Amino acid sequence: MGRGAATMYAGSLADADCIIIQGSNMAENHPVAFRWVMQAKLNGAKVIHIDPRFTRTSAVADQYVPIRAGSDIAFLGGLIRYVIENDKYFRDYVVNYTNASTIINENFRDTEDLDGVFSGLTPADPAATADPTFAQENTYNVASWAYQRTAPFDAARARQEALAAETFTEMLQKLLPPDEERDPTLQDPRTVFQIVRRHYSRYTPEMVERVTGTPRDQFLKVAETLTANSGPDRTSSFVYAVAWTQHTTGVQMIGAAALLQLLLGNMGRPGGGIMALRGHATIQGSTDVPTLYHSIHGYMPAPDARAAHDTLKDYVATATSALGLTAFWSNLPKFMVSYLKSMYGDAATAANGFGYDWHPKINGDYSHMPMMVQMADGKVKGMFLMGQNPATSINARLQRKALGKLDWLVVKDNFEIESAAFWYAAPEVKSGEVRTEDIKTEVFLFPAAQIAEMEGSFTNTQRLIQFHEKAADPPGDARSDVWFAHQLALRLKRLYADSDLPRDQGFKNLTWDFDYDAGKYPTNTRIQGEPDVHKVWREINGYRSDTKDLLAGFGALQDDGSTTAASWIYSGAYPAENDFKPASRTPDANNQPGSNLGWGYAWPANRRILYNRASARPDGQPWSERKKWIWWDPQGGAQRTGAWVGNDVPDFPVAKRPDAPARPGAIGLDGKAGTDAFIMKTDGRGWLFTPTGMVDGPLPTHYEAAESPVNNPLYKQQTNPLMKYWRRDDNQLAAVNDPRYPYVMTTYRLTEHHLSGVMSRWLPWLAELQPELFVELSPELAGEKGIKNLDFVRISTARGQIRAKALVTPRMRPLVIEGRTIHQVGMPWHWGYMGLVTGDIVNELTPMVADPNVSIHEGKTFCCNVEREGRA
Amino acid sequence: MADAMGFFTDTTVCIGCKACEVACKEWNQLPATNGGLNTLSGDSYDNTRRLDGTHWRHVKFIEDFSPDRSQAAWLMMSDVCKHCVQAPCLDVCPTGAIIRTEFDTVVIQADVCNGCRDCIAACPFDVIGMNEASNTAQKCTLCYDRMQNGLVPACAQACPTQSIQFGPIAELRQRADARVDTLHSQGQKNAYIYGKEDMLGGLNSFYLLVNKPEKYGLPASPTLATIRTAPSWLFSTGSAVVAGLVGLLGFRKHRMDAFAAARRSSTGEEQ
Repeated sequence: MGRGAATMYAGSLADADCIIIQGSNMAENHPVAFRWVMQAKLNGAKVIHIDPRFTRTSAVADQYVPIRAGSDIAFLGGLIRYVIENDKYFRDYVVNYTNASTIINENFRDTEDLDGVFSGLTPADPAATADPTFAQENTYNVASWAYQRTAPFDAARARQEALAAETFTEMLQKLLPPDEERDPTLQDPRTVFQIVRRHYSRYTPEMVERVTGTPRDQFLKVAETLTANSGPDRTSSFVYAVAWTQHTTGVQMIGAAALLQLLLGNMGRPGGGIMALRGHATIQGSTDVPTLYHSIHGYMPAPDARAAHDTLKDYVATATSALGLTAFWSNLPKFMVSYLKSMYGDAATAANGFGYDWHPKINGDYSHMPMMVQMADGKVKGMFLMGQNPATSINARLQRKALGKLDWLVVKDNFEIESAAFWYAAPEVKSGEVRTEDIKTEVFLFPAAQIAEMEGSFTNTQRLIQFHEKAADPPGDARSDVWFAHQLALRLKRLYADSDLPRDQGFKNLTWDFDYDAGKYPTNTRIQGEPDVHKVWREINGYRSDTKDLLAGFGALQDDGSTTAASWIYSGAYPAENDFKPASRTPDANNQPGSNLGWGYAWPANRRILYNRASARPDGQPWSERKKWIWWDPQGGAQRTGAWVGNDVPDFPVAKRPDAPARPGAIGLDGKAGTDAFIMKTDGRGWLFTPTGMVDGPLPTHYEAAESPVNNPLYKQQTNPLMKYWRRDDNQLAAVNDPRYPYVMTTYRLTEHHLSGVMSRWLPWLAELQPELFVELSPELAGEKGIKNLDFVRISTARGQIRAKALVTPRMRPLVIEGRTIHQVGMPWHWGYMGLVTGDIVNELTPMVADPNVSIHEGKTFCCNVEREGRA
Repeated sequence: MADAMGFFTDTTVCIGCKACEVACKEWNQLPATNGGLNTLSGDSYDNTRRLDGTHWRHVKFIEDFSPDRSQAAWLMMSDVCKHCVQAPCLDVCPTGAIIRTEFDTVVIQADVCNGCRDCIAACPFDVIGMNEASNTAQKCTLCYDRMQNGLVPACAQACPTQSIQFGPIAELRQRADARVDTLHSQGQKNAYIYGKEDMLGGLNSFYLLVNKPEKYGLPASPTLATIRTAPSWLFSTGSAVVAGLVGLLGFRKHRMDAFAAARRSSTGEEQ
């Protein structure tokens, strides 16, 4: 689709005719957004919950569908097959708005041909995998996944010519590949459509039942309900959260849902799309203005010493080629140069590549797990922890070992959390296995202000930025995170001020001008040294480099240094001095169809449903009156020359006619036609097949989890061939069908607590609601193991063991997989050894394995044993 | 007298989030069980277990599954004082501590309550309990203090799915009937209203249920318990004197009573 965000907003779920919640326990973990699901249900929509456990979400769903944890791609693949084989796909949408008709390179080989892997698999270098610090990694050479072009294209030569060009525009023109070949009849065996059909041909209802444990009739009922509620007159939504992401195949699970929603024509339409639910209040914001290591602002790739990123031109050539320079990403030079101007101000000039050389470059995988592994091996000296609690995180004992190898550790949190107290309170210290005096880490605990004690903005799960005021000063020495970052930066600036070392020039030239203007500091506070958050926002939104006038939006950004903007996707949120849109609170009038465009500000450009050009037919008129959203008005626009109008900000050039042809040889959106609805993609189309961008395959494929009780019923390839695994003695994996660990464990959260409990286990009113750790077991498994409700149970995996009380409940149920009964057990992971109510850490059990695309762990399915330990 | 006000709780959209429980405790400053150091009940996700003097809202969790799971339901219901039109508690209160307010709700005045517990025995819904801090009987006031200031009760305000709806009883009854009709037309024939006018004159906090009342731990036909508790009436005069002394000694429930007293003196209303 092209953007790292939910395609819709939660309120749009109320317009859905069917909502499938899979990979999410929405009612428990997003209860406020869940009101829109309940609204849809009140309107008569069908709500389906597909989950290993019968949860509070299942309780209010029309259909609860049990599934084996981690087998979602088999289920979704089954739906894809059902849609294609029963001619239930939305043909006009699929032909015009997706890459179904595109022809793929003749060298492409599918998993059907190679028993579970795609063409281009390159096994890991054995020398590299011998280093225990790094994950074992195979790679794919993706050349054979590429589109077939109408003419040969020598990419290496094009790049050479591009690097010699004078301007960025000229440069991008050199990189432009010839058009892709298409067959609009979808009959050519090398079309995406036929490749998808073959890829999923064995994902029959019978196979779905064998792999997922979902009874065939229940699967078919889902397929029938979904397809009956998709089409010109009806739309269906998918909702997912971390129960899709936290797998070694997580990104592909989401990809499978995207593929299905494109086939059904549900993308970009009211009540249709994919609602990605983010965990914390501003997790979306933390990836937009990122705390990610591999992205800089606005999802531009981080400059990388391992990539062809040597100079700014190299960076632009490489990044635009990867992101797709024939569509919206042709603007990347403007975004990048404006970002560098924001970083280095007047010091950034065309002559010095806008300070590109000063910018840090990554040279490895700095995501959480490899960072902690390196730390455990003594390669990391210091750490700032703000809003994180690794002492209770994946393979927790390994992470605590890592914390104990640091020279210094700064913990900034509301309470003395497990990560601040590990050196005296961790289980291995209590048991005497590790002695406090052997831990050399110096821990600094800084008290943090709470949300009502600071002003600032959140970006929520639907990309909506909302500003909040401060209600009261924080107590004592507690300070906001922005105060801390500001004060730290000021001190570091002073530290580097006199340095002549080349490596320090970036810090020396960094602009950091966030202090309040003289006389403007708020008088209703005793706290000193807070930065002016509106100045931070000016920097994010962007302004003219000379006049400092705020910019109206990212359309105003330039690649010559005349504009400055930290984060292009947020540009437009603060378009004028007295127009700070995140603070805007103007709802639509009652009962008017609309998307509350006056409430906060949603990136990009305040669009609420992404890809909404697809809500209209190719000729620009709505698919149906019932589902109209954005359409072409021939008399629209200021000059009455025609414009896209409707209930939302069009996600399309507003004056581009629906019948406008593509301009051959043009870069950017000029090179796209009036029907190319997916403006972020090189070809303007939603991708059923992803020729680039996914490291582990162009089509979602069922692989078993890193730990599984069964052999992959579909392929010889057992797990994701690119799965990351940190192979160490302190991070062992159970073998397939390991008799020591016969049960499937899934971990999760409860409404009553938040993450590791820092914002809930310390609060009496929340602690009393869920006071103790428990393990949920079916009555069948409890009977087999002689476990009674509330008995103490020992739960063990290849990493560790913990104790919890049994909660025996029929909400858990055994499934039959490949003719065998497979038991699933579940545990919430909110407990730790600090706080008002305490309990064992469930993440002592989880393995450090990861999805190869985004390095997220696999906490949603692994293998364990349970044994009765005693009566409570 | 203002419109009769109350709650309509639609259990079919309750997601058991317990926001109502927490909002109630926060607004009314009710203590957590054992300071939060509670124990796991083992009864589904219900760890607060009951309505009583410090739990004025309580979400019930009922797991209703057949062994083969062909019947599979997890019923959730946010329970609260029913604010009966013919309130057994008010009927038996010997001191007059329990009053009917101008909103037709039932409120216990802590400064008049002598802690005799008759109301606890009389309540057919087991709503009332002793608050150990004040040693008086307590229960939901329907946020009398908030209502007097034009605010929605804390629980209804916090409910994310509109399972708890607050408003004039007449309007709520219409809304509830329409919702039952809708559910019937969608095939959910077992939906009905618990607490219509034929039950204790009507419950001003009534429910939409989809199973027998007993399934939710509710009595099928609650009755006035006047006969059982009648002897206490004999002591009512004496009890009132004691209660008055208690009030003078300053056992006043903070906000609610201050508001209520101010209201009574300004309007001259007396129940």
